[in-house]
Amino acid sequence: MAKIKAALIGSGNIGTDLMYKALRSPWIEPTWMVGIDAASDGLAKAREKGLSTTAAGVDGLLPHLKKGGIRIAFDATSAYVHPENARKLQENGVVVIDLTPAAIGPYCVPSVNLSEHVGKGEMNVNMVSCGGQATIPIVAAVSRVQAVAYAEIVATVASRSAGPGTRKNIDEFTRTTASGIEKVGGARRGKAIIILNPAEPPLIMRDVVHCLTEDEPDREAIRASILAMITEVQKYVPGYQLKNGPVFDGKRVSTYLEVAGLGDYLPRYAGNLDIMTAAALRTGELIAEEMTGGRFEPVKRAS
Amino acid sequence: MNLDGKKITLHDMCLRDGMHPKQHQISIAQMVAVATSLDAAGVPLIEVTHGDGLGGASVNYGFPAHSDEEYLRAVIPKLRRAKVSALLLPGIGTVEHLKLAHDCGVATIRVATHCTEADVSEQHISAARKLGLDTVGFLMMAHMIGPDDLARQGKLMEDYGANCIYCTDSAGYMLPDDVSARVKALRAVLKPGTEVGFHGHHNMAMGIANSLAAVEAGAGRIDGSAAGLGAGAGNTPLEVFNAVATRMGIQTGVDVFRLMDVAEDLVVPMMDHPIRIDRDALILGYAGVYSSFLLFAKRAGAKYGVSSADILVELGRLKTVGGQEDMIEDLAINMARAKKSA
Repeated sequence: MAKIKAALIGSGNIGTDLMYKALRSPWIEPTWMVGIDAASDGLAKAREKGLSTTAAGVDGLLPHLKKGGIRIAFDATSAYVHPENARKLQENGVVVIDLTPAAIGPYCVPSVNLSEHVGKGEMNVNMVSCGGQATIPIVAAVSRVQAVAYAEIVATVASRSAGPGTRKNIDEFTRTTASGIEKVGGARRGKAIIILNPAEPPLIMRDVVHCLTEDEPDREAIRASILAMITEVQKYVPGYQLKNGPVFDGKRVSTYLEVAGLGDYLPRYAGNLDIMTAAALRTGELIAEEMTGGRFEPVKRAS
Repeated sequence: MNLDGKKITLHDMCLRDGMHPKQHQISIAQMVAVATSLDAAGVPLIEVTHGDGLGGASVNYGFPAHSDEEYLRAVIPKLRRAKVSALLLPGIGTVEHLKLAHDCGVATIRVATHCTEADVSEQHISAARKLGLDTVGFLMMAHMIGPDDLARQGKLMEDYGANCIYCTDSAGYMLPDDVSARVKALRAVLKPGTEVGFHGHHNMAMGIANSLAAVEAGAGRIDGSAAGLGAGAGNTPLEVFNAVATRMGIQTGVDVFRLMDVAEDLVVPMMDHPIRIDRDALILGYAGVYSSFLLFAKRAGAKYGVSSADILVELGRLKTVGGQEDMIEDLAINMARAKKSA
C-alpha cells in the first residue's frame, strides 16, 4: 500500500532527526524538506536521502503540495513562524503536526492520549515540547492513580542539542509544557523549568518530575503505574529510562529519568530530539493510517 | 592599588541571594525593615525576589514564605531613594514575570544565564529594555569559561539591549586575577556607555579582594550583601566592602556606620545558621560549585546517610550549572546505593 507523503518544515536538529525516523516509517514517506538557509546541514542531508528541498521557507513548498501529493507536514521551525506556516498548509488541505511550542492545536503525548485523537480529524496537532513529551507521561501515571494538586518538571538538556529555535522560544517552552502538564498530565497546576548544560562530553537528557498529591500517595499503586507508563514510552523511545524513584516524601512523589536517543542525527545524548521526533512521527502515523484507510475526515472549525 | 576617586554603585543582595540560606522564608516585615534601613544608609539598589529569581517558587528550589509580587509590593512603596531590582533566570522565569515585576515598580531587571548560554536571554532582555528598565545581563558561573569567551557572551547580551553586563562568580571560585581578566575582557568589547558589574561569593574569602580587582579593572557596579547573607559562605559582605572602599577613597555614597548597623542589628539576627566558610562552603569555592547547592547537599546528605562534601565534589566533577538542584537528591540516592553494595 502506498505511504502517505509528508513534508518536513524546518531543517534544524529536530527536522533532520525526524527525517531519519520518518524514512523508516511503514506509513509515511518524507518527500520534502523546507529550510530557510540553502547552506544548512539538514537540507544537505535531505538531498542525500533523495528528498526534494527548498530554502525559500514554506512558500517554496506551496506550489508543489498538490502535484507532490503531500498530505501531512511536520513543522519544526519556531513558535513565531508556526501560525503562518500552519495557515498556509492547512488552506491546502495539509494536516500539520506542530513540533514548536506554538500550541495552536490540541496536545498529543502518544503514550497518554494518542487514542483520543483517533477519528477527530484535527488539522493541527501540537506535540507540546521535548520536556513535555518526557515528563507528562509520568504526571499522567500519577494522576490516573490519585489527584495531583501540583506537578513540576525540570528538563536538563545538553547545550549542543538546543538549537536557535529552542533558545529563542524558551518562554514558550515553559508555558506550553506547564499547560500540557495540566491538560494532558492531569495535574491541577503545572510548572516547567528548563536548564541548558554545556558540559563536555554532553550530558544525556535528564528529566525530573515532582508531583504533589492531594492526599497521602498510594505508594504501591503509583509505583506500578509509573513503571507501566515507562514501558509504554519505551515502545517509541527505547532510551527512556527510570534512574531513581519514585521517591516518596510526604505528598511529594519525585521521579528521576534519563532519555537517550537513537543517535539518528545528533548523538545519543540528545534524547530531547528523539522523544519529540518519535512522538511526532507516531502521531503522524496514526493520521496516515486513517488517511490510508479513507477514514480521515477533516474537522470543521468556525474560525 | 590606587582606586582613589572611583565612583561605583553598590547593589545589595541580602533580600534575594540571602533567601537561599533562609530557605526563602524571609518575612514581609523583615524584608521591609532591612530594605528601608539599607535605603536610609544610602544603598542605591536592593534586589528583592525568590533566591532563584522571579518564578523561582518551586519544589526544585523551595517554596517561599510569600510570592515575589507580595514582597515587591510591600517593599517598593516604602523606599525613599533606593531602587529595587529583580533577578530573572530564563527557563525558570518568563517575560510575564518580568512584566509583573515592572508593574510592581521594579527599576532594574537582571537577566541571568549560565556563562555560555547568553542567547536564551534575548526575549527577556529585549522585553525589559522595551519597558525602559535598567537592564542587566548576568553571566553566572563565569569561572567556567575564559575571559574572551565571556566577553563574547556579554556582547550578545549588550546587542539584545542590556546596558550593564555582570561577571558573576556564582561558585566563589575566582581569585583576583581571574576577575580582573574577565572584567577587562568585557570592558574591551562593550560600548563605553555599557556598565560592567561583579557579583562575588565569599566561599574562598575572596569577596572583598575580588570586588576591588573588579573595580580596578573597570567594573562600576559591585554586588554584596549586608552581613554577607547569601548562598554558600554568602556574598561579599557589603558593610565590609563599603568600609574598605571608603578607606581607599572609592565613592560609594553609602554611610559606613549605618550600613554596619543594618548588618549587625537586623541581618545577623535573621540568620538561621552563621554565614561562614564551613567545610562544605569551602568545597563550593574550591571545586567551583554553584553556591545555592549548599543546603540541598547538606539535607540530602543527612537524609540518605552520605557525605554532603562528597555530593558537592561530585556536582563539581559533573560540571553542573546553576539551577540543577534536581541533581542533588538523585546523586545522593546513587551514592547511598553504591555505599550499600560496597
